[in-house]
Parts: sequence; C-alpha cells; structure tokens
Amino acid sequence: MSTSSDSVPVVRARGVTKRFGEFEAVRGVDFAIAPGESFGFLGPNGAGKTSTMRMVSAVSTPTSGSLTIFGLDPAIHGPEIRGRLGVVPQEDTFDLDLSLRLNLEMFGRYYDLPRTTIRERTTELLEFAHLSDRAEDKVDNLSGGMKRRLTIARALINRPELLILDEPTTGLDPQARHLLWERLYRLKRDGVTLIITTHYMDEAEQLCDRLVVMDHGRIVAEGAPRQLIADHASREVLELRLGSEHHDEVADQLGSFAERLEVLPDRVLLYVDSADDTLARLHQAGWRPERTLQRRSSLEDVFLRLTGRTLEE
Amino acid sequence: MSRVLPVLGSRRARHVVERNALFYRSQWLMFASGFVEPLFYLLSIGIGLNHLVGSLTVGSHRVSYAAFVAPGMLATSAMNGAVIDSVFNPFFRLKISHAYDSILATPLDVDDIALGEALWALTRAGLYAVSFVGCMFLLGDTSSPWAILEIVGALATSFAFSALGLAACTYLRSWQDFDLITLVSLPLFLFSATFFPLSLYPRALATVVAFSPLYQSATLLRGLNSGQFDGWMILRLGYLVALGLVGLAVAARRFRRILSP
Ligand SMILES: Nc1ncnc2c1ncn2[C@@H]1O[C@H](COP(=O)(O)OP(=O)(O)OP(=O)(O)O)[C@@H](O)[C@H]1O
Ligand SMILES: [Mg+2]
Repeated sequence: MSTSSDSVPVVRARGVTKRFGEFEAVRGVDFAIAPGESFGFLGPNGAGKTSTMRMVSAVSTPTSGSLTIFGLDPAIHGPEIRGRLGVVPQEDTFDLDLSLRLNLEMFGRYYDLPRTTIRERTTELLEFAHLSDRAEDKVDNLSGGMKRRLTIARALINRPELLILDEPTTGLDPQARHLLWERLYRLKRDGVTLIITTHYMDEAEQLCDRLVVMDHGRIVAEGAPRQLIADHASREVLELRLGSEHHDEVADQLGSFAERLEVLPDRVLLYVDSADDTLARLHQAGWRPERTLQRRSSLEDVFLRLTGRTLEE
Repeated sequence: MSRVLPVLGSRRARHVVERNALFYRSQWLMFASGFVEPLFYLLSIGIGLNHLVGSLTVGSHRVSYAAFVAPGMLATSAMNGAVIDSVFNPFFRLKISHAYDSILATPLDVDDIALGEALWALTRAGLYAVSFVGCMFLLGDTSSPWAILEIVGALATSFAFSALGLAACTYLRSWQDFDLITLVSLPLFLFSATFFPLSLYPRALATVVAFSPLYQSATLLRGLNSGQFDGWMILRLGYLVALGLVGLAVAARRFRRILSP
C-alpha cells in the first residue's frame, strides 16, 4: 500500500488538535490513509487514540488543523461522510428499549436504507455475530463479548467504504476474535479501508499494513509493522527473570551486555543482536538468571521503547 | 451549514420519530391509556365540581363550570404528556443508555435528534388531543363547533412544552433531579388559571401568571371552546410557538455539548 499522490487519501489529517477545556488530548497529528489500506493506531491509555477516532468518524470536531475524509470537510459534509462510514466505538452503546434485531434494523433506517435490504443484512449480520438465536432478546441481557459482537455487526449494516474500529476485539474470546479477523481480511480484499486501534500487538501486526504509535497526543512513530521493528528494536530479545534480585540495581551491571535494556516489574529485557551469544557471555560472567527466554523482536518491544519509561538516557 | 435554520434539524429527524413509534408498538397498552386519560380529567374535576360551582363568565358568555375547566384540563394534559415524553425517555437515552451516542455515528446530527424527539412528542400529543376534544364534545363540555380548533391549540402547547422539556432534560444529572421537573410543573398547573379565572388571583400574582405558557394555553383553548375569537389568540399562539422554537434551539445546543464535546 502506498499513499501515492494519484489517489486521494481516504483520510488526511494535517496538524489536527483536539482540546477539552484546558486539556489538549490530541496535539497536532499528521497522517494520510490510502484507499484500501489497513491503518493502525497504537498507544498507551490516554494517548488520544479514541479522541482521534471520533474526529475521523466525523462525530467530534477538531479544535484546529485540517481534516478531510473522502476528500470532504466533515464540518460541512458530516452526514454524507458518516453515511459511508462504519464505526465500532470503544464503548458499546445500544438502544436498550429495543431487541437485538430491532437495534440493527433501526440502525439501517438511520442510514436511509430500504427495508428489504435492511432485513436481509440484519439476518446475515446476526448470523455472522453468532447471535441469531438471541435476535428477539433485549440487548441488556447479553454478555460483554456478545455486545461487542453486536456492535461490530451493527457497524457493517450500511456496507461502509471505511470501517473505523476502536479496540474491536477487547472482550472477545479467541474464537470470536479470529472470526472478526477473518471478516476484516474479507472486507479488506473487497477494497474497504480499515482504521484500527488496539492494545494487542499481535493483532496490529496481523491486520495493519501501516500504523502509527501515539503518545501524549502526538504521533511518535509511523511505518509498516516490520519496518517499525527494524527501526526501533534490535534483532533479538533476551528476557531474564532474576528472581529475588532488585531489578533496578542490576540494570546498571547488565547495561554493558545489550544495546539497550528495558526493566519491567517482573523481568529485564535485553535488546541484542544475538540472544544466544549474549546468554553465553552472561553465563561466563557468572550470571545465573532464574529463567530466560530468547525471541525475535516484536511490535511490543517497539511499543515499550517508544512509550514506556525506559532506562536509556 | 447548508440549513436555513440550523437548530431545526433535517428530514432525517423522521427516523427518530420512527424509532419511537417502533418502541411504542411493543408498549401499546401504555400508548392506548393516553386515549382514556381525558375521561379521567373530565369526569373527575368537571363533574365533581360542576354542581358545587355552577356557572362562570368567559368573555361575554356564561358557561358551566365543566365547560370552563375542560379546556384547562386539555391544556394541562397536553403539557403533562409533552413533559413526560420529552424528559424521561430522552434523559434515559442521553445520559443512561447513551443510545444517542450510537445514533450520531450515522448520518443523523444532534439537531435531528432534538427535532425528532420534539416531533414525536407532538405526534403523540396530537393523537391524544383529538381524543380529548372528542370526549369534550361527547360530554357536552363545548359550547361552539369552533372547539374543534382546540386541537391546534393543544398541539402548540405540546410543542412548547416538549421543546422546553427536552432542553430541561439535558440539565438533569440523575433520576433524583426529576423532582425539579415536578417542582416547576406543579405550581404551573396550580397557578395558571386552569381551575378558576385569572380575575380571582391577587393583582401582583396575576401579572406573573400571564407569563405562564400553561395560562396562555388554557386561555386560548377556553376562547376557542366557546367560539369567541379575538386578536390576543394569535399572540398567545405565537407565544407558545416561540417558546417551542427557543426550547428546541437550547436543546440542540445542549445536546451538541454533551454528545460531541
Ligand atoms: N470528553 C472529554 N472531556 C475531557 N477530557 C477528555 C474527554 N475525552 C477524552 N478526554 C481526555 O483525553 C485524553 C485522551 O483520551 P482518549 O480517550 O483519546 O485516549 P485513548 O488513547 O483512546 O486511551 P485508551 O487506550 O484508554 O482508550 C485522556 O486524558 C482523556 O481523559
Ligand atoms: Mg480509547
């Protein structure tokens, strides 16, 4: 996927900020998302992902900067833009007075779809969400994961060109999660553009062509998952559990063994070129870690490096 | 904004009306009870007090107490119905279930939601008003065929109160705050010359009462009930419609602040 200049980006943000009273939740973000691309937003709690999603959904207005969706200004063409979007918000909210089926059908009406179309799609989407047998129930009686599935189904009722998913798989069991991934691959194959926020790094690696990492309202890195790993992490990681030792104190002594190291509450991560070699050198120097794990670097390491409080100066 | 009157929403507001109709389809008993309600109003106070009070003067006519109080009851019923529809359900959907938040992901805008809720309250009130005026004819509480126009007056009343109610519900923080609504609507009901003529109030109070939308509504309806037209009627009607428009504008603004900060 490229953001070549001959195709109009589905979303383009330039210096977009969002302020709530005195507090600036989004502090000038720039990005462009090409048609058909799967674009991810990663970042710790409070980074400003949801605030950004809501602006891209043409629901909340940027405080400053310029934002276009389908090349249109959401301040003027809000209804038209939203008609072509599907949104899975972070929080599940429903019409609690209506059954599952009526929730979906009424949503179709808000999009001005014809009733026969709505009925067909509702049946198919309830099937997809594995909720057909609960169709006439009130939404309140569903489990958390079922509500999540219903929200996802609802977002597809208007066959959106751009699907915005804010932590879509939070609360889903592994089976439901893979079912969603599979649906997202199919949508992507059909040319639907996807925007996803997630705290699951494996999900981001699986689903996203390109992603940005946000922290404190800013974008701190951007690229394809593999590229980000290459740019911001070493080739391999050696994880050490040192048992009773105070991790903070040993950090200084371990520093010389790695390009960089990350001290977590339960373990120390050594970013190295070869985990094997490093472990051998540690043993030579008399280190006897309780447990060790050698692995390739992942997006999680990039995330920790960019947003965690690292010990590097 | 491409709209002439941005506060007034768009055609999409009709889907909010549709949603409410869909909901009440499963609540038909509650819906139907509204058609019986006029009988409670008219039979209780009308018949009860008619013999005690006798007749009263409205304009240049003498009318029975039942005919005097019936338009006041219609105005009260239009107010109560509008307030219940525009305060309770929207509050639930705005602040408890957050159903409006999900609607805003669709092409609908906040002003469409505000307008749709007001239109729904108006639709329901209109149906009840027809039933109410029908009952008044049946019970002989009217003294002119023009009384049929009371339906229009009742609609204006419902519009004013549903829009004001919608604006008010955005300020409520919890179910406890609903006492505040009673705190306003009860004195309105008791001090709006719905039971007895304004001339019986002390002068100072009468001036205050004149601003009460319920008083304006009751007086308008009372004039129509006996078929006595005057220029004030236009003003009273205008007052109610203006209050409705202001209420709707405030409601849409408040909805926007709460739903898309
Ligand atoms: N309506 C609001 N009013 C005031 N502050 C807000 C509002 N919405 C969000 N914020 C603040 O903006 C910041 C960013 O919030 P946001 O929800 O965008 O974070 P996030 O990246 O989605 O976090 P999470 O991973 O927890 O979902 C937070 O500090 C939050 O408290
Ligand atoms: Mg969030």
